[in-house]
Amino acid sequence: MNNAILKVNDLKTYFFTSRGIVKAVDGVDFELRRGECLCLVGESGCGKTVTALSILRLFDSPPGKIVCGKISYDGLNLTRCSSKQIRQIRGKDIAMVFQEAQSALNPVLTIGDQIIEQIKLHLPLDHSMARDRAITLLSEMGIPSAERVMSYYPHQLSGGMKQRVLIAMSLSCDPQILIADEPTTAVDVTIKAQILDIFRELKARRQMSTLFITHDLAVVAEIGDRAAVMYGGKDVETAPVSEIIENPKHPYTSGLIECLPDTSKSTGRLASIPGATPNPIQMPQGCAFHPRCPKVMKICRRQEPPETTISKEHKVSCHLYT
Amino acid sequence: MKPKSDHRLLQIKNLKKYYPVTAGFFSRHIGDIKAVDGVTLDIKEGEIIGLVGESGCGKSTLGKTIPKLEEPTSGEILYQGTDITKLDKRGLVELRKEIQIIFQDPDASLDPRMNAGDSICEPLIIHKIGDEKTRMDRVAELMEQVGLETRQANLYPHEFSGGQKQRIGIARALAMNPSLIIADEPVSALDVSIQAQILNLMMDVQEKFGLAYLLIAHDLSVIRHMAHRVAIMYLGKIVELANKKELFENPLHPYTEALLSAVPSFKPKDKGRILLRGDVPSPLNPPSGCHFHPRCHRVLPICNQQEPGLTEVSEGHFISCHLYR
Repeated sequence: MNNAILKVNDLKTYFFTSRGIVKAVDGVDFELRRGECLCLVGESGCGKTVTALSILRLFDSPPGKIVCGKISYDGLNLTRCSSKQIRQIRGKDIAMVFQEAQSALNPVLTIGDQIIEQIKLHLPLDHSMARDRAITLLSEMGIPSAERVMSYYPHQLSGGMKQRVLIAMSLSCDPQILIADEPTTAVDVTIKAQILDIFRELKARRQMSTLFITHDLAVVAEIGDRAAVMYGGKDVETAPVSEIIENPKHPYTSGLIECLPDTSKSTGRLASIPGATPNPIQMPQGCAFHPRCPKVMKICRRQEPPETTISKEHKVSCHLYT
Repeated sequence: MKPKSDHRLLQIKNLKKYYPVTAGFFSRHIGDIKAVDGVTLDIKEGEIIGLVGESGCGKSTLGKTIPKLEEPTSGEILYQGTDITKLDKRGLVELRKEIQIIFQDPDASLDPRMNAGDSICEPLIIHKIGDEKTRMDRVAELMEQVGLETRQANLYPHEFSGGQKQRIGIARALAMNPSLIIADEPVSALDVSIQAQILNLMMDVQEKFGLAYLLIAHDLSVIRHMAHRVAIMYLGKIVELANKKELFENPLHPYTEALLSAVPSFKPKDKGRILLRGDVPSPLNPPSGCHFHPRCHRVLPICNQQEPGLTEVSEGHFISCHLYR
């Protein structure tokens, strides 16, 4: 595919801790295409956030290290870039929206200062031009009286507002790619709907290529074009969102979908996936999901499943389909 | 399980909980945060009531006020006819055998220096139930009931996963054979695949022991799965109360409508989504009249002047809105 704007190949990011090697990301492959919203889905500890952090090299090193793999963006391999190069890409070409708006904003600087700082760092604009740009962005995000909000400190804003400020900030240098790490997780349902609306609009108006990280499959269904389901540091299934939801192949994906309490049918017991997510220091042998899998076979305990192609757009790593 | 009878286990009447706000050197009283502002609700034996609302609406404060972990400002809470708000210390100890709480964050609610067995045993010791031997047996029995292995009794909280920690919390709550459990966001801190396990467990013990739950949650799909009746709260007040089927199929209050339509879902919405403007206002300085009017999409001229009372529009369906007067 040549319309891929970002390609991640066999990425492995390990953390070398005193208690052992945490294989947070252990062989992830995906591509983000121009103008699409790709969702990385998975439970806590599956490596979805570390994958995103690896793209921008935002984790602490040591203990973290990208041990192998390739992240191609615009002819560059981001894993090989110098830290100076990556600093120029961060925020300008690839921007990120973090989960907790509260901790992503600096509490002792005004909203205006924080946005202007980033604009002036990356774009050849003077202070007043940068200021105008910041105000325009804030009002585009649906923040009322944006000029006044510029002089506010983060604690004066509500959770939903802070999240909007963060999105405005991430868009301030017209990035090519937006990485959003659980931007709707810490907010209430009505605010969640507002934030999702912003992302929908970004896609429609700016053709933004978005890597959207979430654990919520319903959110995926709402805004995603394609989704990659992650488990134990690997992507186990990648397909268009409608395929994932209507025709999931990996037992983990179907388990995730079945165990959601559905608002339309409300009787009986919920299906559940037994056990808990594995300890990343001692990943199970073979397929990482096998101890919890309802369709486990002999081979699953011994051998890691290769990626199998179900259809052109649908790939799954499971021995059931090899 | 359906409610056993129409017998009212708990009646909350016009309950208020205000937190005073002070300012300045002399701690001048400048206002109140009206966390719970006149809530009337009853819970029947064996019934699951779902309490839904956004953060800051007072749902957790209501949950904490019932077993008097928070001192109510005014109003009555009748448990089997006795007014909890007037109980003395000894009366409260007795009462808390009957009403137990499961908290949201099992990490914060379990003592990190106490092993699982001791944690589960603690309520038995506090209430002086049985001797050491019978307590041990009871702990083993409880652990089995919540799906933990007896040999895990010696492990400490950090050695358990989130779901298992919540199981310990449930075992603790069950230790006293309560008749009402207040579950404050019991699954919101858990992963999806674990949520289902805990919800199933809660359903199982409810059925087995005929418990009543006050299930506090912001996740409407969880409420829809579990509850018999649902109460929607907004800024300290209940704005709509109905049985589950009625509330989800025929929501009347504009806030309930918006809340239901805001839930992301697998199926594309046939109707357009009702997108609420703005945020929940501060409970320190709530809007005049109906607290919801600045965000309401069906606002009337009267809404900013007069507060609508809770009225029964059809059997068991209560709503507080000027549209239905």
